[in-house]
Amino acid sequence: MAYLSCENVTLRYESTTVLEHLSFSVQKGDYLCIVGENGSGKSTLMKCLLGLKAADEGRLILGDGLKRSEIGYLPQQSMIQRDFPASVREVVLSGCLNSRKLHPFYTKQDRARAEEQMKCMRITELADRCYRELSGGQQQRVLLARALCATKKLLLLDEPATGLDPLVTTELYGILEHLHRDHGITVIMVTHDVECALRHAKSILHIGKKESFFGSCADYLQSDAGKAFVDIECCVGCVDSHQEVCDP
Amino acid sequence: MNDLSAFFTPEYLSVILLPALIAGVAVSLCASFLGVSLVLKRCSMIGDGLSHVGYGTLCIAVAMGWAPMQVTIPVVIVAAYILLRLSESSRMRGDTAIALFSTSAMAVGILVSSKANLTTDVSHYMFGSILTMSKSEVILSVILSICVLLVYVLFYDKIFAVTFDENFARATGLNVRFYNLLIAVLTAVTVVLGMMLMGALLISSLMIFPAATAMRLCKSFRHVVVTSVIVSVSCFLLGLLLSLWMDAAVGASVIIMNLAMYLIATFVNLIQNRRIRNREAQETRP
Repeated sequence: MAYLSCENVTLRYESTTVLEHLSFSVQKGDYLCIVGENGSGKSTLMKCLLGLKAADEGRLILGDGLKRSEIGYLPQQSMIQRDFPASVREVVLSGCLNSRKLHPFYTKQDRARAEEQMKCMRITELADRCYRELSGGQQQRVLLARALCATKKLLLLDEPATGLDPLVTTELYGILEHLHRDHGITVIMVTHDVECALRHAKSILHIGKKESFFGSCADYLQSDAGKAFVDIECCVGCVDSHQEVCDP
Repeated sequence: MNDLSAFFTPEYLSVILLPALIAGVAVSLCASFLGVSLVLKRCSMIGDGLSHVGYGTLCIAVAMGWAPMQVTIPVVIVAAYILLRLSESSRMRGDTAIALFSTSAMAVGILVSSKANLTTDVSHYMFGSILTMSKSEVILSVILSICVLLVYVLFYDKIFAVTFDENFARATGLNVRFYNLLIAVLTAVTVVLGMMLMGALLISSLMIFPAATAMRLCKSFRHVVVTSVIVSVSCFLLGLLLSLWMDAAVGASVIIMNLAMYLIATFVNLIQNRRIRNREAQETRP
């Protein structure tokens, strides 16, 4: 059985339908990238996968022993308050909360796990620094360490490269590749960067207004949706990335 | 100006000052703990809204001859839940909903009390009456404050998670709605207690000032919480002293102390930032 399967899911945002009759599944060990134009419903789908929004029709099923409390999540940078006074250690530790049920305080294991993840993300020396004073790339690694405290199985990422410079973006994709290959973590990532998606993902879910696609990367390039989208993306890619850097 | 030594006679201390001190410190503690969460969750207005609802309820309770605190606390808890739901729903902006709801509740209260020809004056709930609190009121506020503090400490880690990133907390399986409700209930209790002391008009600043001051100075959540508690209690004590000395209202004096502390913190923060910038500039210079 799959970790996560969507069966005929329809999602509405306020009263407009953004996604209709979508079906796909994610197996253990998958690396799925969700791509699509702006406004195609990627973020809404993400909310649904995270359990922040219920499917208006159809079903979302967690399987293969995966529990809701075993999912790690890396939000879009803009979703977090940037001026929050919190130390890096406090942020990373908060990822451990879901593993304990009624125990009121962090246990020794929780603290050890947080230290381990900080080491893995090479942010140990930042542990006592204030989160809001870090650079975008450092903040992203802190949030990734938090997500890894929350899960050993499935990581969901929402546009993780937004607002990062090219060098840091490459590093981030490297870290994800390492987590997926060496730690066996299943990855689901929403991104608008098709090139990167094709380079790293095992499978692609393209959601579009006209047609959707779900399958392997190679099949995607042969499909109508893929052909059209990859062409357009390559043309506007430079413009897009330029805008992102300028975006505050 | 008063001669302060007149207040430190044994009789005055034990009969008037000591109960006020105990209740004031207890409520200041609660207010500063919760203030941090309210300010960081950007719902400082909930404290203000609840104090309006609380005042309206108090008016009605006094007009009907009910025990003010015992009636007001449950009503304000229910109001906290409603305000929370209102601000969650996307139909109307949260702050608009809070303003409409809370001022209406206050208006109803004032209307009832003005029709009832009250013998007791309800306006002291507007400005607080810390030096005239009855013994039972003091005991009740201390017990409730201890409850609020205990719950806050027990759920400290979860309150941090919900405050910092609600979506992450919800996505990883935390019952965010429950913890938001918990924060709202604790806030409701604190607001009603604070209203007895500081008055409906000033209680929300008792919650917000210490947190805002601490956020200027600290770099971690734990430090913010601890600093805001220290700021809150010391401002209360200094404010009480100031009010005795100047023969002025206690609530207003406490808030003035808080304002002074906030301005000092802002100044310190400015100097710190300038020093960091200078150091960075020196480091980058070849």
